[in-house]
Amino acid sequence: MTGRAGAVLAEADRRLIDRLQDGLPIVDRPFAAVGAELGLAEAEVLDRLRALLERGVLSRFGPLFDAARLGGALTLAALHAPEAEFERLADLVNRHAEVAHNYRRDHELNMWFVVATGEPGRLEAVIAEIAAETGQAVLNLPKLAEYRLDLRFKA
Amino acid sequence: MNGIAELENADRRLVLATQAGLPLVERPFAAIADATGLPVAEVMDRLVRLQRLGVIRRIAAIPNHYRLGYLANAMTVWNVGDDMADAIGRRIADWPGVSHCYRRPRQMPLWPFNLFAMLHGRDRSTVEAEVAALAAALHPHVREHAMLFSTRILKKTGLRLAGAPPEAASP
Repeated sequence: MTGRAGAVLAEADRRLIDRLQDGLPIVDRPFAAVGAELGLAEAEVLDRLRALLERGVLSRFGPLFDAARLGGALTLAALHAPEAEFERLADLVNRHAEVAHNYRRDHELNMWFVVATGEPGRLEAVIAEIAAETGQAVLNLPKLAEYRLDLRFKA
Repeated sequence: MNGIAELENADRRLVLATQAGLPLVERPFAAIADATGLPVAEVMDRLVRLQRLGVIRRIAAIPNHYRLGYLANAMTVWNVGDDMADAIGRRIADWPGVSHCYRRPRQMPLWPFNLFAMLHGRDRSTVEAEVAALAAALHPHVREHAMLFSTRILKKTGLRLAGAPPEAASP
């Protein structure tokens, strides 16, 4: 597993993470506005946020784009990487800028990744490139319907 | 970049300027204005509009759920009859601990599953018990199901539009 699990978080960090998963207001001094809600100074919000990103507690802070509404395309893909070649194949997959996430999973299909492209037609090309580079069949599992998307983690 | 041609060019510059993350400064939208050459009021107006259109879901923190103590993260997959898929998908999505649920195509013979749901918990046995309870509740509509626990994050950068960095994007 990447990173040390179960980080020890200050109470203020937990409140900040919970608050910032709900979205930053688009105002001139947004970190001051969030700080005012939480009883934290603007500088403290920024310092804590930088530290949480540096420690890897947060993987990212910024706009969450809807790839389809950007006019792009998104799919979930999977392949089987033989154990002896796992790292090499992970590098080949991750090298593509279009690969946004990649997880190892405990299954015969042990590499699962999200491919997002700015142009719908490009998706199949990236999948085909990855299949050719890795020498493995790549499952292409685009979303057909979505029943909820409300991912929040209580810190 | 034909795919986002329906976005105005200024919107495209904003996407490229922010997809790696928001500047962590007191006035982040002013920093984006400096980086893109757009007036700060226009930056904020456009971001509000993109959010209203759903192009931006929200400007937010993305936790590494492992580091928050959600050590067991299972992608659960379900094979249900096509005629039942939407009804069962909605029931799975409402189950506690499920963060989202999608319908995806089967890929026979390798992959018979047509519903995907993510479940998260503090440890593996908690998630396994939750999935067993869910499977029991959905019986007899489920032909088979499986749990694929993630064991390692290999990459997590968020969505990126491949293309020129913001400073090189033409106006």
